[in-house]
Amino acid sequence: MNSREAIFASIRRSLGVSGQEQTRRFEVETRLKQAPPGVVPKRGQGDPAARLATFRAEAERAQASVAEVAAWADTPAEIARFLRDNNCPATLRMGADPRLAAVPWSETSLEILHGASDGRDVNAVSAAFAAIAETGTLALVSGPDNPTTLNFLPDNHIVVLPREAILADFEGAFAKLRATYGKGAAPRTLNLITGPSRSADIEQTLLLGAHGPRRLHIVIVGED
Amino acid sequence: MSATATSAHFKENAHAALTDARLQGAMAFSRNFVSRRAAAVERLPEFDALRDSAKAIKDHALAHLDLYLEAYESRVRASGGEVHFAQDAEEARRIVIDLCKAMGAKSIAKGKSMIAEEIGLNHALEGAGIEAVETDLGEYIIQLRGETPSHIIAPAIHLTAKDVEGEFRKAHRDLAADRSLAEPEQLLSEARQVLRAKFLAADVGVTGANFLIAETGTSIIVTNEGNGDLTQILPEAHIVIASIEKIVPTLEDAAQLMRVLARSATGQDASVYTTLSTGPRRPGDPDGPRAYHVVILDNGRSTMLGGQFQPMLRCIRCGACMNHCPVYQAVGGHAYGWVYPGPMGAVLTPSLIGVAEGGQLPNASTFCGRCESVCPVRIPLPGMMRHWREREFERRLSPAPLRYGLGFWAFFASRPALYRLATDLAARALKLAGRGKGRFAWLPFAAGWTGYRDLAAPEGATFQSRWRAKSGAVK
Repeated sequence: MNSREAIFASIRRSLGVSGQEQTRRFEVETRLKQAPPGVVPKRGQGDPAARLATFRAEAERAQASVAEVAAWADTPAEIARFLRDNNCPATLRMGADPRLAAVPWSETSLEILHGASDGRDVNAVSAAFAAIAETGTLALVSGPDNPTTLNFLPDNHIVVLPREAILADFEGAFAKLRATYGKGAAPRTLNLITGPSRSADIEQTLLLGAHGPRRLHIVIVGED
Repeated sequence: MSATATSAHFKENAHAALTDARLQGAMAFSRNFVSRRAAAVERLPEFDALRDSAKAIKDHALAHLDLYLEAYESRVRASGGEVHFAQDAEEARRIVIDLCKAMGAKSIAKGKSMIAEEIGLNHALEGAGIEAVETDLGEYIIQLRGETPSHIIAPAIHLTAKDVEGEFRKAHRDLAADRSLAEPEQLLSEARQVLRAKFLAADVGVTGANFLIAETGTSIIVTNEGNGDLTQILPEAHIVIASIEKIVPTLEDAAQLMRVLARSATGQDASVYTTLSTGPRRPGDPDGPRAYHVVILDNGRSTMLGGQFQPMLRCIRCGACMNHCPVYQAVGGHAYGWVYPGPMGAVLTPSLIGVAEGGQLPNASTFCGRCESVCPVRIPLPGMMRHWREREFERRLSPAPLRYGLGFWAFFASRPALYRLATDLAARALKLAGRGKGRFAWLPFAAGWTGYRDLAAPEGATFQSRWRAKSGAVK
């Protein structure tokens, strides 16, 4: 008997089951298929305006900064302003996301770099897959459009978030994930990000900028 | 064999901890946890309903663990990852080392993992000539000191900033000797700089997992620093090590557990980084690991299923029980002598390393019940510690003076008239002896108590005599 078989045998012996019971199999299959939502907090619920307000308040509570612009075309100016105000160099790395590629970066003096980060970038911008109002959390998915390294290596991470992508709760983000990737599948990496990196490992004092970004700036795109 | 234990010497360890002024100073910082958790719970009206939901999910997953493990395994394989099963610590270490050797790995970046501590992974890697660098700030600090974690989510909680500065000056010799490290910000910044180079140079990244999702074959880590993410996206391979009970059915189930985890652990509504990883890099991906392996460890857990201690397998390792434990707060985590401290460690340790080695730990409780009252998955920790005490007594593992003492007490307790007479006489005698100060700084057979605080002198009448008088008056 190999270790896999030994572990399964031990689990089944302790539970007093064979693994062949139809009712148990049916229960497991049903749960995996239906994915019941459980208790979902009220906090994130509401119409789009309420979700926007909750998202903004919760993200700021987690020490992210938030700006709102009317259209995608306004994002370069806002990002340039953010970098200037924080005395950051005028460079910006991004992936191949068509939403980011389509905006007029040439209207700013930012030097735009493309592709994954090797750790030498100070600033990066990503476009969010979704956001969760309940906790002010961004959801970003891996791939050529928004490389995962951009979420962690640069000092300043800027995330552009379309207003309609602000969902109420985690359950909403998972539903969107299934709609995009198919039931039972997922992207290589889904990052749920709430505020900039931090640590409290020294004397329980909260400090920002542990291993990931020191600043997280969220640019929300859309009009009422 | 797992990481070496000194749990059998809990009493001696605790005594040393109580007289360690440096440790006592550092432990004062840990009290922030309690108020932060309370504030987070206050903000979420659904918190208690979520605890019930979290408990029900773990109970359901454990009762169907074989089937969810099968589903999980097949989803991981479908996403291009590999699953390995390890019955014990030795086998888990061997699997990780063999994987590293097969990939020609020389250096490993490690995210925080209690399972890695449980199996003594770093020591084994070192023995195999592979450098393993801990990247969580707290874990990195204790690795420099050659220590084990003293808390499951705040591994260096027993240290002060001054201690950390000393370690950094010793370890980072290539940095300017006259640099200032007086502020915690400077310590963090130095660790960031030193570890960034380690991440980029590592051949393999090893992380633990907070949850494994059967529905999608996904492993989830929950962190604040981002080190776990750099650990898994930069190296060529990602190895996840996790124990069997980390399985939950669906993403929705994980969301229920995440909501109680962060609040119970650090008092955050959500941790900064909750990362869901499914398989290796996909075609077209510009980053991410090219290989993804999951090592699933049993190490005695499967035998806990279906028995008295099954509820312990609901534990999601938030640390709330130790943050609220008067014994843990007084002696710190190292006194517990193995990997898992505090109330959850007192219950889990005897299950994993045996009651002969870990049987002392369930005695490290005042039975105040705060641990159970804050546990996000409602584990009856005091009740289970009581089960262990019974087993320890039945197996005659308790120390002889304790057994004789209990026998002596039982002789009186089973003879009510004699018991009343004896306690009445003892209470009067103590009242007489304690008159004046009203307390004792020393008493025969009570040095364990009076060594650290005074014992209040009885006021004369026993509870039973006062109760009789009171109920007589009512009649």
